[in-house]
Amino acid sequence: MTQAILREIIAYANRANPYPLYEELRKTPVSQDGDGPYVVSTYYEIHSLLHDPRISSDAKNLKATGDDPLGSQSDEEGTTLPPSFLKLDPPDHDRLRRMTNRPFGPPHAPHRVHDMRDELGGLVTGLIDGIVETGQLDRIDLVDQFAYPFPVTVICRLLGVPREDEPRFHVWAETLAASLDPDPDADPTQHGKGSMDARMELGMYLAGLIEERRKKPGDDMLSQLATADGPDGAMTTMEALSTSALLLIAGHETTVNLITNGMLTLLRHPDVLQRLRDDPDLAVPIVEELLRYEPPVQLLPQRTTLSDVEVAGVTIPKGASVWLMLASGNRDPKRFEDPDRFDPDRKDIQHLGLGSGIHSCFGAPLARQEAQLALSELARRLENPRLLEDPPQYRQNAVLRGPRHLPIACDGIRP
Amino acid sequence: MRDGSLEHLKREGRIVVVGASLAGLRAAETMREKGFAGSLTMIGDEPYEPYDRPPLSKQVLLGNAVADHTALPRRRAIDADWRLGVPATGLDMAARRVRLGNGDEVEYDRLLIATGVRARPWPNAEEGALQGVFVLRTRDDGEGLQRALAAGPRRVLVIGAGFTGSEIASACRERGLDVTVAERGEAPLVGALGGVIGEVAAGMHRENGVDLRTGVMVTSLESDPSGRVRAAHLSDGSTVEAEVVVVSLGAQRNTEWLAGSGLGAGPRGIACDAGCRAFDVRGIVTDDIYVAGDVARSPHALFGYQFLSLEHWGNAVAQADTAAHNMLSESTDRRPHLWVPAFWSSQFGVNIKSVGVPPMGTEIMITQGSLAERRFAAVYGYQGRMIAAVTFDNCRWLPFYEQQIESTAPFPPPFSTVDRRSDGIKPLPADFPDPSVPTHGPTITLSGYSPADRKMTFTPGR
Ligand SMILES: Cc1cc2nc3c(=O)[nH]c(=O)nc-3n(C[C@H](O)[C@H](O)[C@H](O)COP(=O)(O)OP(=O)(O)OC[C@H]3O[C@@H](n4cnc5c(N)ncnc54)[C@H](O)[C@@H]3O)c2cc1C
Ligand code: HEM
Repeated sequence: MTQAILREIIAYANRANPYPLYEELRKTPVSQDGDGPYVVSTYYEIHSLLHDPRISSDAKNLKATGDDPLGSQSDEEGTTLPPSFLKLDPPDHDRLRRMTNRPFGPPHAPHRVHDMRDELGGLVTGLIDGIVETGQLDRIDLVDQFAYPFPVTVICRLLGVPREDEPRFHVWAETLAASLDPDPDADPTQHGKGSMDARMELGMYLAGLIEERRKKPGDDMLSQLATADGPDGAMTTMEALSTSALLLIAGHETTVNLITNGMLTLLRHPDVLQRLRDDPDLAVPIVEELLRYEPPVQLLPQRTTLSDVEVAGVTIPKGASVWLMLASGNRDPKRFEDPDRFDPDRKDIQHLGLGSGIHSCFGAPLARQEAQLALSELARRLENPRLLEDPPQYRQNAVLRGPRHLPIACDGIRP
Repeated sequence: MRDGSLEHLKREGRIVVVGASLAGLRAAETMREKGFAGSLTMIGDEPYEPYDRPPLSKQVLLGNAVADHTALPRRRAIDADWRLGVPATGLDMAARRVRLGNGDEVEYDRLLIATGVRARPWPNAEEGALQGVFVLRTRDDGEGLQRALAAGPRRVLVIGAGFTGSEIASACRERGLDVTVAERGEAPLVGALGGVIGEVAAGMHRENGVDLRTGVMVTSLESDPSGRVRAAHLSDGSTVEAEVVVVSLGAQRNTEWLAGSGLGAGPRGIACDAGCRAFDVRGIVTDDIYVAGDVARSPHALFGYQFLSLEHWGNAVAQADTAAHNMLSESTDRRPHLWVPAFWSSQFGVNIKSVGVPPMGTEIMITQGSLAERRFAAVYGYQGRMIAAVTFDNCRWLPFYEQQIESTAPFPPPFSTVDRRSDGIKPLPADFPDPSVPTHGPTITLSGYSPADRKMTFTPGR
């Protein structure tokens, strides 16, 4: 039964609106069919498992892999790099995350994200100006022309990739993203090889850069990761490598989708778009509500139980694969009043869009700032924007869900 | 009472709160939130508006926060008649009147007692009055001690290594001051967290340069001719020269003003039922007198209905809220105070948190992390049940353990977790000192049994 719903959720035909299926799924908060994963779909149960030390993110703890409805599509880091902290448990996870946080956030670097604000603003302005320069306002692809290039550049600036190398980063990111999102018609071996090559090249490039920064550190994050001398010591080159690759991958497609889902949702709610135009500060609650209403990461498919764990009356046995359906929890009427309504005025908005617990999104402050700037500027500058396709064409990926293209038109672009 | 009298009380009743600190203020706010429109009188013997105490042993001692900037943030206006700087000196239960130190009398329809505790003074009053000898409970204490530390004394002696004493020692080290800590127990924090954790705490003291002396008592303080303290004599025959001495020997309940009133108040606090109603001396629950905060002693369903006295910030807030709610409710709408005890402390750069009642535990198991790294989670067991948990720099897992405790999970825990290490292979004796040997006093005191219905089952609220 559930398996059937789960397969439907993964089925491409339902990509544009999986929410009725999630509603069906929530009738059984924890469910399993056959030897597939245990699927957890209600808010409180997901939240409690995200804070449960009996749950592991390390695939080593997975017993027999039963039927995986996603296939093996999502091994984004491949075998060339050691696992990043996303896929590690404490204490390794904590140590690496602490070390990565030292140059990124409070208490040691409380201003890093804030200080990037002007730079991000400049990038947004540049990308929108770029749209003006094409002179084609009757068909703009908001994904390719805006949402896609923006986060890659941001990560490059954060890590300290030299400007002249940024174009190569865009190519790798694109190849990797494509591998996350298999085209069902493409030849899988060809396809796998392309992303493997991209990974190798990216790895080699980063390794070189890390060595360089180790000799001549700057004040970028890569230098600081490579030369850290805090209480946890320094990262090995391999650790610095897998960490910077994680930052690139985790911060890329997610942010693209948040911006695109955001613009799509605003165009479907013109009253809110108008309010944002009048008051750019509204971007803050809008982005929070978007992370609830249309979360870029729909589900977390890589948790495992270290013991038998009882949730909502169901005992999930040790070693089982557990899927946490974030997007479904975000629409749980037991948690959120009128959950299918897009309402940026909600007072109570503890969504699951950025996860929760020890793996909760590391890049959250940056992601929020990127999305807030992007959406408020798009709202301010685009004159009379409208959707050309609704629903737009979505990517294949059911986990990192978002439109592949978002064709819009507008009457003009304000300076 | 469904005769309209509750409505009358809400509209034009008189509520008096004695003790204008954390519990008193939060209760008053809740009463107004619940629509109480009558007269509200706040009686407090300190001259200040309600302020927060935890910073006094932390930021204030470091000089990072000024003591007079620790006023408690207000949730809302409470429109009260404030009687500050005047103690309540007596209670006439029959006439429903509180007597004040200045001779005034205030009548009430409902009374909330939230008089808290005070620092236990040095037993020799003459020595305790020497210049340079401090306790730490009030804003004035904090300000005075801060000034004394800022003057750069050659050595500070802290007597008693409970949470407050340890925090004071930590602040001294952070200020670069030499400090000696004298503790009667075998380690710091043993009364609150037991010997296994006490040893970790001792390591923190020593590694941070504290001269820690355990298993000793300070027997007397010695002054110079000008009346300043200059040295302390210890039970092992040694002498510690110190210009500042902080007496940190736990607390005494502020109940003396109730002597002879007929209320069930004494040195162990004021006993109340799960709904915060005070008992009188005959063990009969009163209808119009409520208790909340550090001064209260109330039965807890989760811990065998033992009466718990908790000197915990979170408890004061939660109990005040429940008391206020119940004061303005019909009997069937009242709620029990079922707050699971929780406490935090920060010292030597380590964030310590606990839930449940550690001193009830007979065994302990390190479920996550390692003692040596001082980053761990540990659970306490009592008769095959998980009864408490403590974390050092690992508090994000605490809600999980709290939930386990609330659902009376078994001990030793039958499950594995992430970050299980060699420390966590099997339970150890928790190693609490014999309760008959007084130490600095645990922050949770267990005593007596309740007259309440023992068949009641505990169901935590969400
Ligand atoms: C230095 C220090 C550090 C602390 N750190 C922590 C911490 O880290 N974590 C934690 O959980 N808790 C901590 N606490 C404990 C916490 O502050 C208390 O639990 C809390 O203050 C209790 O509030 P209360 O209102 O019940 O009592 P109190 O704050 O003690 O207030 C009682 C008030 O009543 C007044 N009063 C007494 N008798 C009378 C009378 N007869 N008439 C009129 N007024 C009277 C008192 O002067 C006082 O103002 C700390 C306490 C101190 C002193
Ligand atoms: C809108 C954009 C984003 C969304 C929706 C998002 C969402 C998430 C979610 C749901 C997780 C939890 C994964 C899990 O529990 O297994 C996560 C983790 C993570 N995110 Fe993000 N993310 C976004 C942007 C970013 C950015 C910009 C960065 C980098 C700068 C980033 C870096 C990370 C990292 C490193 C982790 C792993 C954390 C850990 O394992 O401790 N993310 N993100």
